[in-house]
Amino acid sequence: MVIGLGHYLTVAGVLFTLGILGIFLNRKNVIVILMCVELMLLAVNINLVAFSAYQGNIVGQIFAMLVLTVAAAEAAIGLAILVVYFRNRGTVEVEDINAMKG
Amino acid sequence: MLLQALAFYVFAAIVVASGTMVVVSRNPVYSVLFLILAFFNAAALFVLIGAEFIAMILVIVYVGAVAVLFLFVVMMLDINIARLKEGFLDYLPIGAMIGAAMLAEILFGIGVWGSGTSDTVQAFNRAGIQPMAVENTRAIGQVLYTQYFYLFQTAGVVLLVAMIGAIVLTLRRRPGVRRQRASDQLYRTKEEAMTVVKVASREGV
Repeated sequence: MVIGLGHYLTVAGVLFTLGILGIFLNRKNVIVILMCVELMLLAVNINLVAFSAYQGNIVGQIFAMLVLTVAAAEAAIGLAILVVYFRNRGTVEVEDINAMKG
Repeated sequence: MLLQALAFYVFAAIVVASGTMVVVSRNPVYSVLFLILAFFNAAALFVLIGAEFIAMILVIVYVGAVAVLFLFVVMMLDINIARLKEGFLDYLPIGAMIGAAMLAEILFGIGVWGSGTSDTVQAFNRAGIQPMAVENTRAIGQVLYTQYFYLFQTAGVVLLVAMIGAIVLTLRRRPGVRRQRASDQLYRTKEEAMTVVKVASREGV
């Protein structure tokens, strides 16, 4: 019963697919779409850390930290855009967002 | 070894289940709470694999900052939940199809990769988790602050830009609000601010 690299890759793959599925299914709710993007980034992090641990190479974990940084920045900017959008239109439905193009 | 495998399966199952709940739950607040649960269990997976520092960073950054930010926004915005879920079932067939196809491809890829015969794959399969020479945090520090120092600083710049961007986006100037203007206060001179009056005794001003 040894947990190998493939187990971690499978968990990451399932999580990534769940994120994509969430983006497909919640077409109206931007907040849940942002959460699904976070889930996908978490799956990427699991991949990076698993390869790093099984290879004995620490660099993967450093890249995971950088992905974490980008995820935090993305969440902050995305939620700020969302708040401005809600303030202007009173809804967070994605289908109206193409009104932003010039 | 068996205990480790058991822990892995428990944590992995909870991660996947809470990820599913993030996607399907009706109320965005529940979605955020399940997202927090998923992050906690992913951190537990990282601890199992020997990446303690990343696990703690995950709890601090994701749960402490990102998820709470989500929670604030979800609770601040007055969202009509029923309307947001309207299209859910319309997109379910095509979404499930694409999701199933992608998952099958990923799992197929992992399976084929794991059964490969090249040297690197065999080394991965044989080795298991590699023991590090020094403890996890020290190993990260030794590489991060030397070899990847510019990358580290760039990450700081990314965070700074995100912070300024978020502030600039959400800052709003409302007309008709009286607020303190520090520069005007500081630029007042003695001449315009005060007058000297000679007051005679028992007269008053």
